[in-house]
Amino acid sequence: MMQSGGFVAVYPEPPPSDLVRILDLAGYQWKAVSSAADAALHESPDGWAGAVVACDGDAEAAWSFCRALRLRDNIVPPLLVLISDQQLADLPLRADLFDDFCITTALPLEMETRLRHVLHRETRDDRPELVQYHGLVLNLETYQAAIGGTPLDLTYMEYELLKFLAQNPGKVFTREVLLSRVWGYEYYGGARTVDVHVRRLRAKLGEEHANFIETVRSVGYRFGQSRWSS
Amino acid sequence: MLDQQRDYVLRTVEERKVRLVRLWFTDVLGNLKSFAISPAELENALDDGMTFDGSSIDGFSRVQESDVLAMPDPNTFEVLPWGDGSSVEARVFCDIHNLDATPFEGDPRQVLRRNLGLARDMGFTFYVAPDIEFFYFAPPERGQAPMPLDEGGFFDLTTTDVAGTLRKETIRTLETMSIPVEYSFHEDAPSQHEIDLRHTDALTMADSVMTFRLVVKEVAAKHGVHATFMPKPLEGVQGSGMHMHFSLFRGDENAFYDADDDYNLSPVAKNFMAGLLRHAAEVTAITNQTVNSYKRLVPGFEAPVHISWARNNRSGLIRVPITKRGNPSATRIEYRSPDPACNPYLALSVVLAAGLRGVAEGYELPAEADANLFEMDDSALAKLGIDTLPQSLSDSLKAMERSTLVQDALGEHIFEWFLRNKRNEWRAYKTHVSQFEFDRYLRTL
Repeated sequence: MMQSGGFVAVYPEPPPSDLVRILDLAGYQWKAVSSAADAALHESPDGWAGAVVACDGDAEAAWSFCRALRLRDNIVPPLLVLISDQQLADLPLRADLFDDFCITTALPLEMETRLRHVLHRETRDDRPELVQYHGLVLNLETYQAAIGGTPLDLTYMEYELLKFLAQNPGKVFTREVLLSRVWGYEYYGGARTVDVHVRRLRAKLGEEHANFIETVRSVGYRFGQSRWSS
Repeated sequence: MLDQQRDYVLRTVEERKVRLVRLWFTDVLGNLKSFAISPAELENALDDGMTFDGSSIDGFSRVQESDVLAMPDPNTFEVLPWGDGSSVEARVFCDIHNLDATPFEGDPRQVLRRNLGLARDMGFTFYVAPDIEFFYFAPPERGQAPMPLDEGGFFDLTTTDVAGTLRKETIRTLETMSIPVEYSFHEDAPSQHEIDLRHTDALTMADSVMTFRLVVKEVAAKHGVHATFMPKPLEGVQGSGMHMHFSLFRGDENAFYDADDDYNLSPVAKNFMAGLLRHAAEVTAITNQTVNSYKRLVPGFEAPVHISWARNNRSGLIRVPITKRGNPSATRIEYRSPDPACNPYLALSVVLAAGLRGVAEGYELPAEADANLFEMDDSALAKLGIDTLPQSLSDSLKAMERSTLVQDALGEHIFEWFLRNKRNEWRAYKTHVSQFEFDRYLRTL
């Protein structure tokens, strides 16, 4: 499995061979680093995707490496530490220095699973999250929408409504639910506002795509095809 | 929510490589004003507003307190569709504040906000849909009468093609700017067109009317055509009106609808109509603010003259459109006197105030006038209790001047400035000796 979001920093240099094998088999891009300064030196412009620190060798040096990573301006949030079972007692005092841990004697599959779990959870935000439907693309990170490759310029509320609908294709929502989920309960105008914005979105989507948002008579609106229809 | 909106705007400026952000607002007479800032200044503008000298804007500050603050309304931020790709521009409507952050009373948008707040206190949201008429002419020259496109010779293309192309392009541009169009068609008069907008809440609609007028003119100008919202540009044919469809909603219920009424009109609707009728003369200076406006409000051209209402009578001031059965939300009334040269923020403020006064005080709706009022003489009209709208700007200013309703709705600042400005306009007009007089008197007297 290839992880996007750049390289994983691995400490110490050289890293334990078991760890190297697991990282390579799982398809991670990684670089071994010998110190926090070394980590800063080899960092790509996108930043580290995460760090794996083996603490079962020189424990003091390893923990201070973790501490240094935590103190950086540009923090490395997903941090997995590898410890021996005797080091378990050290963890409560150092809870702020790592995101997850794994015992060095664990099965390779467990280590790989923990790696994927901690790195995936964090790196997900680094990847542009896209919502796509038949030529419509919403980039949730940049708030930009495009249709057929052409930018679709929306007001904030139009974007929020389209995002909500496109994230839930095939589902029917009442206007009241859309109002509370997209506008929030504090909005005063009533569900007629939803109709106004749906009409505006359809106009912007253009004739060809206006039917992305379908009116479900006397119920509400649905984005895209019903999952029950062919 | 507000933070997210702010981020959305800033991020969009970055992603779409917007080079210039235009801050839009409106002067007292309804002219769109704009100043441009660079994207780098936008963040600051969203947080703290942009200070500018209000004394440079008609009807804004008195000289001694001239600085005001333009606060962008991030909800109205949109990329302008007429950029050429290399220099993307965006616009955002602004509310004008005093330096102490209180609403500036010379700002029409703030005036409408205040009046909508009063409606909201009564539990109502005010919905509006305008039908806007305008003319396409050859670019006008000073002292020349306007030349309709339909009279040929101006274009190589056939005239229907030109107008059709212009209208289609205009509608496409409007729709990319969040202004959905309901209908559009060529009107009865030569070169006259009508575009009907889909209803929205009143503040959005006032903004939309400002955008609409700019888009119509921009698209026309691109094709070497002059579009005008002058109420009566051609003698002897219909003028341009801006009929407005109104309804009040209480949450999701149309407060104008009553299933049991013959016309499906609720007591709220009837009281609102009664308010509009009783205060019609007082608000006319605002809804029809030019000397020329009163040349449209004459018999014979489908413009209202009498202060009356009816279901099927287009000579009345208020028409109650027949709606499809089983569609309560479409129940509405059509107020027919406003013209598209008005300031939409102020016009909606005063008509709302008039209608709400009727609701608050339970005004009784007079009987429907379904006969053709143009065929009745004055005594027959008097017997029915039907009055006429003011016949001139001067008459309507007199009616406005006496109106505490209009004064309260507009606030003292705009009320007084408007009266002063418009009296000057009337005075200038009154001293003008016209072609009509030369033709009629020069040889015979």
